[in-house]
Amino acid sequence: MSSQKKVNSWTRKRTSQGSSSYQTRLSAWRIQEDLNDSKSLSKRGQNNTVEDYEGTDDQAEDALQIALRYFEKGPIKTSQSKEKHLKTVENVAWKNGLTAEGIDILLSVALSGKFGSAVNTRIFKCMIPATLISEDSVVKAVSWLCAGKCSGSTKVLFYRWLIAMFDFIDHKEQINLLYGFFFASLQDDTLCPYVCHLLYLLTKKENVKPFRVRKLLDLQAKMGMQPHLQALLSLYKFFVPTLISVSLPMRKKMYFKNSENPWKTALLALRPRNQEFPSEPLKLMLANVHPIKRKWNSHSIIPVLNSCNYSKESRKKRMNLSDYFSSNGSFPLEQLKSFPQLLQNIHCLELPSQMGAVLNSSLLLHYINCVRDESVLLRLYHWLSQTLQEECTWYKVNNYDHGKEFANFLDTILRAECFLQEGFYSCEAFLYKSLPLWDGLCCRSQFLQLVSWIPFSSFSEVKPLLFDHLSRLFFTSSIFFKCSVLQCLKELLQNWLLWLSMDIHVKSVRNSPLETTLGGSMNSVSELIRYVGWLSTTAVRLESNRTFLLHFILDFYEKVCDIYINYSLPLVVLFPPGVFYPALLSLDSSILNQLCYIMDRYHKNLTAAKKNEFVHKTKSEFSFSSKTYQEFNQYLTAMVGCLWTSRPFQKGIYIDSEVLGNDSVAEYKKSLNLVHHPAFLSYTVSFLLQECPEERKVNMSSIRGKKWNWYLDYLFSEGLHGLKHFIRSSIHRSSVLAESINHQH
Amino acid sequence: MDSYDASKLTPRQDASSRFKDFFIGATPLQKRLESVRKQTSFIPTPPRRKIPQGSQLQEDVDPQKFAFLLHKQWTLYSLTPLYKFSYTNFKEYSKLLNAFIAAEKQKGLAVEVGDDFNIKVIFSTLMGVKGTQRDPEAFLVQILSKSQLPSEHKEEKVLWTGWFCCIFGDSLLETVSEDFTCLPLFLANGTETNTAIIGTWFQKTFDCYFRPLAINAFNLSWMAAMWTACKMDHYMATTEFLWSVPCSPHSLDISYAIHPEDAKALWDSVHKTPGEVTQEEVDLFMDCLYSHFHRHFKIHLSATRLVRVSTSVASAHTDGKIKILCPKYLIGVLAYLTELAVFQIE
Repeated sequence: MSSQKKVNSWTRKRTSQGSSSYQTRLSAWRIQEDLNDSKSLSKRGQNNTVEDYEGTDDQAEDALQIALRYFEKGPIKTSQSKEKHLKTVENVAWKNGLTAEGIDILLSVALSGKFGSAVNTRIFKCMIPATLISEDSVVKAVSWLCAGKCSGSTKVLFYRWLIAMFDFIDHKEQINLLYGFFFASLQDDTLCPYVCHLLYLLTKKENVKPFRVRKLLDLQAKMGMQPHLQALLSLYKFFVPTLISVSLPMRKKMYFKNSENPWKTALLALRPRNQEFPSEPLKLMLANVHPIKRKWNSHSIIPVLNSCNYSKESRKKRMNLSDYFSSNGSFPLEQLKSFPQLLQNIHCLELPSQMGAVLNSSLLLHYINCVRDESVLLRLYHWLSQTLQEECTWYKVNNYDHGKEFANFLDTILRAECFLQEGFYSCEAFLYKSLPLWDGLCCRSQFLQLVSWIPFSSFSEVKPLLFDHLSRLFFTSSIFFKCSVLQCLKELLQNWLLWLSMDIHVKSVRNSPLETTLGGSMNSVSELIRYVGWLSTTAVRLESNRTFLLHFILDFYEKVCDIYINYSLPLVVLFPPGVFYPALLSLDSSILNQLCYIMDRYHKNLTAAKKNEFVHKTKSEFSFSSKTYQEFNQYLTAMVGCLWTSRPFQKGIYIDSEVLGNDSVAEYKKSLNLVHHPAFLSYTVSFLLQECPEERKVNMSSIRGKKWNWYLDYLFSEGLHGLKHFIRSSIHRSSVLAESINHQH
Repeated sequence: MDSYDASKLTPRQDASSRFKDFFIGATPLQKRLESVRKQTSFIPTPPRRKIPQGSQLQEDVDPQKFAFLLHKQWTLYSLTPLYKFSYTNFKEYSKLLNAFIAAEKQKGLAVEVGDDFNIKVIFSTLMGVKGTQRDPEAFLVQILSKSQLPSEHKEEKVLWTGWFCCIFGDSLLETVSEDFTCLPLFLANGTETNTAIIGTWFQKTFDCYFRPLAINAFNLSWMAAMWTACKMDHYMATTEFLWSVPCSPHSLDISYAIHPEDAKALWDSVHKTPGEVTQEEVDLFMDCLYSHFHRHFKIHLSATRLVRVSTSVASAHTDGKIKILCPKYLIGVLAYLTELAVFQIE
């Protein structure tokens, strides 16, 4: 369907340029009208020349589709168009390579004998894959061979093509099943050398059978010492030395003629363009590219997943080289595709030869998550910490071209950490080394996320290595950086809390890497919280109470205030006054609302703690000091005093009334209550206007008594749920009457 | 800015017991992290080191045996511990590495596994190249070209040489389990293509990681001081320093050669603690050279970058190239390089 559309859109373009002899149907016009509409939409605003220029690529693509369809349908008398289509296919193939589907079509065309052998030859020569060749296409092609529709020379060409493209075929299991068919083709004298080469590439240990050996020896007797037969025989002998007693000449020879010649240049040209095909040869990037050689092998930082044949074998006393190529008993990683498979084979799973490869495989991450083998983790540790340092763009000079690659690498690591819900020690070690050199810009989001995955440890120990450097950056950077740091510290706190709360529950079963006491752990967490409190206090001052910043700070404390209830950890740490008062005096209602919510949660947590203590009666080492309660009560009094009773700051912070008087703030007492608080001012006004919309002048003091309650309901209906909870829990509404009397002062 | 004082804020726990709470039963991984922490938080290099003392090779080892390691330029790499490496499997390793090299070089052509390729790979131990008994044995990998003609069979040309060693690598040895072999220093001589192929094979086979080991100016001055301090029977080369001035379009190099005896005399004048070199002495030694140069040429060398140091003991380049000249101090030079390699892999 889609190709139909494309065909039509192409024809239309051609006709619109007035250079086409193609007929167009009316219905086709309609279809591609839509197509072109959407296209022109995206291109709107560009002038025509640009559009024409961009059109050429699309046209080539469309032309290719037409050509492919033409070949699929079979020859039509007009030979002129055949030539044109061939040219089209050739051009695209040599420039970009063909898709797997394109090759599938062409392969069938070439072997079906629809066209003459000259055309088939040209088709074969331009069958260059852009990425991969589907195994099914090859199997289909073999079935065409059996149909006997193509000439001998085409068959030869097919085998040569197959040999040249062998590494581009996505799977080879099905093809290996056709081993017997290929083997039978050895009979054909002209095909024999090429079939030998193909078999050489295809042979596995289990393919070596006595009857095949006999057949090969017969052939050798008939045709003499042919290098290609010798090659295959020597491979057989290598796999099963006992089956072949004839001595083969040991002298090195080039066994096969170079079958891939017609495609060699095209493949070389394609290589750098298509990075992702799997069997790309080892790339050796050497010193002439970079001052210090960056990479030895491969195009990606993370090694390819390979079973570790060697270490297992080396434990055996006598080692047979051929054993490396056959699997025995254990489950090869390459076949691991699903979770049930992992569960079934977890006892006999081969580990990758390079542990770094697990980063790309979620199944193996499951595995290393439960493996107890310390050496597995050590291998990963070494590989990861070295790779991080080697790839880090700011860690050493002359390494700036690979920022994108490094960021991708960090993303992969972060995905793995998130998947495991656990940080890697190597990342922590890397942070120690790289954070002091970090500019705060490069890979910022990734780098901060790494910080948030630091495994739980003693804060005071980590502080000089990490957080002191981080605070230096924090204070000297923009507000956005400050907010992202606070965000990442919130995530760090959350990760630590989750880890600790798990830890408490499974302590008896677990073989902990960190043998900590609960008291020590709680200390470390409270130090982290106090550190953030210190950062926040200073940041609020530096950024002069910016709402944006306060949001991030209060987000952090939303986590902090609920530790006792949410994570069942015996810890309540309050925010410092430097956070509380700016939030209380904020001009933004959402900040105030958030503050109310947090105060309410603190209240609930402290009450729960107190209750628990009361139930257990014994005074455990984790009972909170009376200082925490005092502090909280002080905050609570201040809040109720400001918002509700209009008696602000009677305890704690004392404000000299003379100062206020000088600033001509006469009625300061009321000015911070729910009605007059600057954050709520807009609510007050719209509440009053709701009652009497025509009023030009509103009387704020009129909100008292019953109206005060209506006003409260109005505020709650406006979504200030934090305030609602706060008032419900901290102010006894039974005393509403008494309170409202107070307002009349 | 408010000063942040953690000690004031530890409410209910006895502060002194805090450190005991952590890392009681430490795993190797934990120990590694600990050592990284220590290394990062304190001064990276110890402020004093021993002056290399004579030959520290084991007594039953003939120093002449290692003559081929001298007078060659080696490119330095640091190497993480090798996993499941075994000294008893050298034969198999040779075969496999041979096949790997053949496969890499002959990509696309049919290859016979085994010794059907005109190169030969030899693994052998360098008995005695170690600092303490705990250090694992050093070993050598050589790639030889097999001559096609049988008559010339005796003369095999060495195409590439690389060796792995660990001299006084105690700090690293403590942090790994027995599945690993710690040979943190790797030295290669030969084409970089070969180094890349062989390094790749090691990385794939033993799950280790090679990183080029550069030597910064700070460590080069240490080398200059330590090597000048070595007692020599006769001097083979002048003491020479090379500084690089970063200016465009081409950087400017300043070479500064001193008669080795003058250098020794200068060293003796700044040297106080017998048998040891301290950071102050290194600084003083270099400052003397700087001020001498400034007096004559009015150039502040301290503002440029030291890139190479050559003495009669050895010469080292900041790119991570080294040439060892004096057999007597082979172990001493390697000990310092091991220290740098261990530092890099932590």
